[in-house]
Amino acid sequence: MKYSYYPGCTLRTKAKALDAYARASAAALGIELVEIEDWQCCGGVYPLGSDEIATKLSSVRALNEAKVKGQSLVTMCSACHHVIKRVNDDMKNVEDIRVRANNYMELDEPYAGETEVLHFLEILRDRVGFDELKKKVTNPLTGKKIGAYYGCLLLRPGRLLNFDDPENPKIMEDFIRAIGAEPVIYPYRNECCGGYISLKEKEMSKNMCEKIMESAEGFGVEMLTTACPLCLYNLNKSTGVKLPVVYFTELLAEALGVKEEIKEEVQAL
Amino acid sequence: MNPGKKQAEMIREISGVNPLKCMKCGKCSATCPSYNEMDIKPHQFVSYVVNEDIESLINSKSLWKCLSCFACVERCPRDVKPGKLIDAARQMVVRKKGQDYLKADEIPELLDPELPQQLLVSAFRRYRR
Repeated sequence: MKYSYYPGCTLRTKAKALDAYARASAAALGIELVEIEDWQCCGGVYPLGSDEIATKLSSVRALNEAKVKGQSLVTMCSACHHVIKRVNDDMKNVEDIRVRANNYMELDEPYAGETEVLHFLEILRDRVGFDELKKKVTNPLTGKKIGAYYGCLLLRPGRLLNFDDPENPKIMEDFIRAIGAEPVIYPYRNECCGGYISLKEKEMSKNMCEKIMESAEGFGVEMLTTACPLCLYNLNKSTGVKLPVVYFTELLAEALGVKEEIKEEVQAL
Repeated sequence: MNPGKKQAEMIREISGVNPLKCMKCGKCSATCPSYNEMDIKPHQFVSYVVNEDIESLINSKSLWKCLSCFACVERCPRDVKPGKLIDAARQMVVRKKGQDYLKADEIPELLDPELPQQLLVSAFRRYRR
């Protein structure tokens, strides 16, 4: 299985662990992630204005590069996934955006949303299969009570992202089960951590994350897992109840027995 | 044309939203995680656009409290997308010269060693041009 891979800005900097554990896990599963050349930051948030074109072009470039190679485009970060999937939907279904973006791009062949955008969790569910993943686990995380923290960007708007049921998702719980741990469902798993509000209004996101932590702890969660560097940051800034928060790729690497061999490398990053 | 009418048209154009589809069920406000912080509530955004009172909307605190979490967009039974309306109002402000909500000079004192780049690019996209 060979895929075009879009790491995104934060996986090159503060979230190197999300990237490194993903690469090691993918290799262990026989998945080849080919980083696309000269990728540019997706912008972190999807530009909502119907007249926004320039802010969508970095996504279009990445999408087109995958198309030229005939590969699906894979992301690890919830935000990159959200932005690129929605821009792809625009390129496929919104004529005005498609025409104007292509006018900017001057590609050999216009891009019209041909590339399939997949989050790595979708690869694990739909391509590898959680039953197959379970067979490849050498170091099951038996007895660990893990809460999935979905946040917003993986799930909503459900009709566009088509990732999982936005109100009652189960992909991360199924993942947690596949690696041998015990998923714990708690009410705040798809509530917002505050997102970008934590830059200027730190108290607001602290309050929101406290509710998430309290909700998780109340239901017996021992550890939270996420795919989003900003969720991880905001949750770690929460005061009060403190649960460890780890990237889902770290758990995967641990279960596949490849965490130790790159642990030092990750810590040195 | 009065300025409110023109501004309301601009909001409809940027957002692509038809506020007349709203049936005032209030689900958007009920589900909004920033509800308590907002002076104009999500279900009211729609009325301000219909009533062409855009000055109040663009001067509201709510503009800077929306998290783009898409809870209101997901749960609206009429597909009105209040979050897109508030973003359009925000765009009307930040697209004007000198109206950025976040200045580059402010950044250094907002940083800490763990702060991810994703937070900076996201805030820059939402708060300025």
